[in-house]
Amino acid sequence: MRKYVPKDNVQKKSYYTDRFWVAPRVPQSDVEEGSHFASVVDALGDRVLCAYISLGQLIVTIKHQDNYSTLETLKDECGYKVCTELSAVDYLAQDGEFEIFYQMLNLDDALRVRVVCRIPDGEAIETTVPLFKSANFAEREMYDMFGIKINNHPFHKRIIMPDDWEGHPLLKTYPLQGDEFASWYEVDKIFGKEYRDVIGPENRDASRIDRYDTKRFSRVGYEVDFDADISKGESKTPIEYSQTVLVDYTTGTEQLDERR
Amino acid sequence: MAQHKVDFASNAGLPIALTSVDKLLNWGRSNSLWPLTYGLACCAIEMMASGGSRYDFDRMGTIFRASPRQSDVMILAGTLSKKHSEFARRLYDQMTEPKWVISMGSCANTGGMFNTYATVQGVDRIVPVDIYLPGCAPRPETLQYALMMLQKKIRSESANMNNNKKQDLRLI
Ligand code: SF4
Repeated sequence: MRKYVPKDNVQKKSYYTDRFWVAPRVPQSDVEEGSHFASVVDALGDRVLCAYISLGQLIVTIKHQDNYSTLETLKDECGYKVCTELSAVDYLAQDGEFEIFYQMLNLDDALRVRVVCRIPDGEAIETTVPLFKSANFAEREMYDMFGIKINNHPFHKRIIMPDDWEGHPLLKTYPLQGDEFASWYEVDKIFGKEYRDVIGPENRDASRIDRYDTKRFSRVGYEVDFDADISKGESKTPIEYSQTVLVDYTTGTEQLDERR
Repeated sequence: MAQHKVDFASNAGLPIALTSVDKLLNWGRSNSLWPLTYGLACCAIEMMASGGSRYDFDRMGTIFRASPRQSDVMILAGTLSKKHSEFARRLYDQMTEPKWVISMGSCANTGGMFNTYATVQGVDRIVPVDIYLPGCAPRPETLQYALMMLQKKIRSESANMNNNKKQDLRLI
């Protein structure tokens, strides 16, 4: 007999889950002895908590206090002279931490290293701007989007959102359509808070379709009176199509003459 | 009823003269609109195309002007972000009266597909809009049509902007 599955609430759940689906993972391998990456790991010494190769890149995990010295070693001793990207990942709900990564590029050997560290919520990370100019904007963006403070940054300020913005939009807890502050930002700024009443609550989703709203919508074949209550269903009205006479001009005009 | 009748003989035919002045002024205004060169996103490309030789806005007496002080139509072409809304409003305030606004594209009308925290959900939240132009992006022909509708609207207005109802809205 088939196993009993409770059916209530079934529509709220995902309607299809593959029993055999396994989340794909990028294959990881150990650092090969004697390779270039092995020498990088050696140069970093005991700052390395864990190191592996994934997609041809070395991934090094470090403590967040070691970020400056690690990048300095990579730059000065291993030839990773470009910091192409640095940002954070929000793992607050899962672990109460952010993951910060630095993507480093070695232009001589065309190799990349990713330096990854975890930082608890509320702690500040040391800046890397003295090493890489590109880190300036990237760290400001990280602060803007996640609220991670940067120690000793030369211009510690928001970069994308306005200076007087509240909240950090790339946090997973930040609503996509904005909080109360975000939805009234431009009105507050230009006209002042009193104008919220003049403008009224905004209609954020103009393309929303309400099945039971008979003021603005009507179902084809189920037309009812304006503003009628159809929460208990509506009756079908037969559709009348207008009659169209099709004239085939290629075979002659008799049809048309007939119509005339 | 009688007291509402205008005695044209006693007040020297003033109403007739004024309507003619209105007509003349509106004819002049509507046929020489100077939009502000102000593109915000992809819609601006279509606006540039309209201004270029192929679609040729000039034949309607419409030439883009690079300064808000010298223009009287603002075409809000594209996605208005919240950070930029303050400046859009400032440019609008710098334009001299009489002035009109065309909201071009879904993004300017309603926020369009950017139903997010960072986009103004309809530019009518910050400036009074005369013509809403749908489309993503509207083709240059559509913008020309919007401009013709705006001309039509101007011709039907009172030349004294204070008499137009829109004046009350202008503050919002
Ligand atoms: S309406 Fe479409 S074309 Fe215009 S700015 Fe928005 S996304 Fe771009």
